[in-house]
Amino acid sequence: MKVQLSHPARTVELKGPKRAKDVLRDLNLVVEAHLVIRGDELVTEDEMLFDKDQIEIRPVISGGT
Amino acid sequence: MNCTKCKTKAVIDLPRHNAAFCRNCFNGYVHDQVARAIKSQKMFRRADRILVAVSGGKDSLALWDILLKLGYQADALYVNLGIGTYSEESFRKVRNFADAVAASHGAKLLTHTVEEEEGAGIKELAQLIHRPTCSTCGTIKRYQFNRAAVEHDYDVMATGHNLDDEAARLLGNVLHWQDEYLDKQGPSLPASVEGFAKKVKPLYRLSERELAAYAVLNRIDYIIEECPMAKGARTLVYKEVLNRLETESPGTKQTFYWGFLDKQSKKKPAPTTMTEKDQSTLHPCTTCGQPTTAEVCSYCKMMSRAKAHSVS
Repeated sequence: MKVQLSHPARTVELKGPKRAKDVLRDLNLVVEAHLVIRGDELVTEDEMLFDKDQIEIRPVISGGT
Repeated sequence: MNCTKCKTKAVIDLPRHNAAFCRNCFNGYVHDQVARAIKSQKMFRRADRILVAVSGGKDSLALWDILLKLGYQADALYVNLGIGTYSEESFRKVRNFADAVAASHGAKLLTHTVEEEEGAGIKELAQLIHRPTCSTCGTIKRYQFNRAAVEHDYDVMATGHNLDDEAARLLGNVLHWQDEYLDKQGPSLPASVEGFAKKVKPLYRLSERELAAYAVLNRIDYIIEECPMAKGARTLVYKEVLNRLETESPGTKQTFYWGFLDKQSKKKPAPTTMTEKDQSTLHPCTTCGQPTTAEVCSYCKMMSRAKAHSVS
């Protein structure tokens, strides 16, 4: 599956099927700091993701002050 | 995973509440948390006019959206900081939201452009006065939002600070034992003296992840890109540490910050209230008239230094 990441913007290819939480773990990303979006739909941590899916991992942390 | 409330397919799980929600029930949860924050902290009443500080990010646009949907009279102010394409893009997001959503609720958008009044963007101003950009930005935004709220007769100014922002700030203040800042860490700060607008943080019960989810689920188009000036900021490190703790032990952030607020509210009465303390220490700035502890406020000092450097 194609996984789009931000900060910096890049795309990585991962082999499915895989649960959303395992995708985050494989990419060494903390669940609490990210959302997993399939197409344009938000999915929960236990959602199974497949090779055909277009995935975006969106970071949620912002702010500098 | 199914929604804890209606048992349909869930779109987000909230480990700190041991719950999961579908889109509709999640929106209900978010609106309920904000309504509870407003009521429990006596932030404002139905008839009050609110000025929301918007940046184009998820938190402030979500806040504006939630307040309008809850039926409040909420206008917004955008301060254009002059950070190149980042400011252009963030303003475009704010403008789009104002036109597509806020206008239908009768709400309007005010804008202030730093470069027009101060003669330079914040990056240049920070370089001129040798201060970190984030701190220069904070001073300018606090000043301009307060000024706009007072000058346009708003009853209260609302910012999009969330649970993560407040927990990270608390961690920083505790790590450095900055006692004087702890008193001002509440989600509702009074208009203690003439020239100060009341300031509230209606999102303090919601995490950054929940607000990003709210924006995605409600198709709020916000700026995802991180502010280029915030790279390496200490707050981001505190947030990262807290999120690692939260993932291991859900509820850590709310226990930390809400526990602090609970302790603050049970503290023995101080010899003077914050309002009495402010009234005895603050007086009008001799240059601009806004409240300050010094003869000239930090904003006017900063601008005077910037002007002196730019002339020399």
